[in-house]
Amino acid sequence: MSYFDQYVSKSPAIASRVLGDETIVMSTVDSTLFTLNPTGSIIWECADGITPLSRIIEERVCKEFDVTVEQARADAREFVDKLAAHGILRISDQPVAESAP
Amino acid sequence: MSLMQEMISRALTLGVPLTVHLDLTYRCNEHCIHCYLDHEDHGEMNTAEIKDVLDQLAAAGVFFLVFSGGEIFLRTDLFELIEHARSLMFCVKLKTNAVMIGDQEADRLSSLHLDCVQVSIYSHRPEVHDGITKLPGSLERSVAGIRRLRDRGVKVIIANVLMQRNLADYAGVKTLAQQLGAEYTMDPTITPKMNGDRSTVQLGVSREDLKSVFRNPELVGKVTEFCAVPPAIDDAVLDEIPCSAGHTACYVSPYGDVYPCVQFLLLSGNLRRQKFLEIWRNSTEMNEVRSIHARDLPVCSTCLHVGTCTRCPGLAYMEGNMRGPSLADCEKSVARTGISTDESAHEDFPIAVD
Repeated sequence: MSYFDQYVSKSPAIASRVLGDETIVMSTVDSTLFTLNPTGSIIWECADGITPLSRIIEERVCKEFDVTVEQARADAREFVDKLAAHGILRISDQPVAESAP
Repeated sequence: MSLMQEMISRALTLGVPLTVHLDLTYRCNEHCIHCYLDHEDHGEMNTAEIKDVLDQLAAAGVFFLVFSGGEIFLRTDLFELIEHARSLMFCVKLKTNAVMIGDQEADRLSSLHLDCVQVSIYSHRPEVHDGITKLPGSLERSVAGIRRLRDRGVKVIIANVLMQRNLADYAGVKTLAQQLGAEYTMDPTITPKMNGDRSTVQLGVSREDLKSVFRNPELVGKVTEFCAVPPAIDDAVLDEIPCSAGHTACYVSPYGDVYPCVQFLLLSGNLRRQKFLEIWRNSTEMNEVRSIHARDLPVCSTCLHVGTCTRCPGLAYMEGNMRGPSLADCEKSVARTGISTDESAHEDFPIAVD
């Protein structure tokens, strides 16, 4: 299975809000704060656990930001890995019901 | 600039109320000697009304949500309200005395991924703590509640309000916090009652004691920074806004009244008659509060302390003029820096001296 065929979902231990064209995300585990840029905000918004990352990239990121799939994939992977490392995004090879509250 | 500062600055630019303090009830099972509230229920919002308010707050961009009171666990719908707030992705902080937090409550709170639970503890000695809360056994029960939360990994902050009666006990409370794995914060501010009765203020620590508090590294951290001489008065200082009240924060009472802050009781609207954003954006009162910068304060703009003063516009309002000084903060500035203010300037304003 390719990295981009996986599913991303939000951790339940987060709080988030859209602020202008960015998204604020806070881990309630350690109060770490993140601000997501417009591209990250789209991935975050679409991280429902049932849409593969590849579809999020192709149908939302590429269309809204006029970037190639290759470039979008590279940026998305960096973004997802970073948030997953902090435990606020979860990556799964199976669809999961969105777990955020 | 930290991410938090960037976020606040961005909210200020966008006119977003980043933080809302919502009191769910004024009823309480403790009757603290310094409390500013009227504990009678004059018609609290019901569950559906509060859920609707929460929906409106989320749509307005509110991120930090504080549920407080009164004692919030006296609301039988508390968990329904917290669950609704978390489904809306708020960063939720609870303020409680923890007396009613048993195992079941602690389990449920743990599952809701709160930011933190803040619990008021006045002393490590039951006779002092219970003497302040007027509830026998309250220290024991509060500590048991905290222990249950900590056992489940819930972040707890112990808030230690300092008064003459418990000033000597801060070290004991701090040690207790460490033993429980809780954070510790102290506050020497005692506010007048909501009805303007200032009798509670007399319970506060004296100016001399305040000096000792502000020079105690265990309480304020780096004393040299905390007590630093204020910067010279320039345009940057005079362009500052007094605080977040009405700018990125506001307060909602159990009755749906909206104010700039819990300590700034300038009624700006009511959520039973108006939508939140209508009040936030258009109320005359909120816009007046927003229009005030340090340069617009007749007394404070020329005071040596203006650059570092923690002047509370709400306390100033209760003392008679939202553009005037707040006596309690004048005291704090003097206690912090050792530099006296020009007290004759205060004669222009109706400051009640206790």
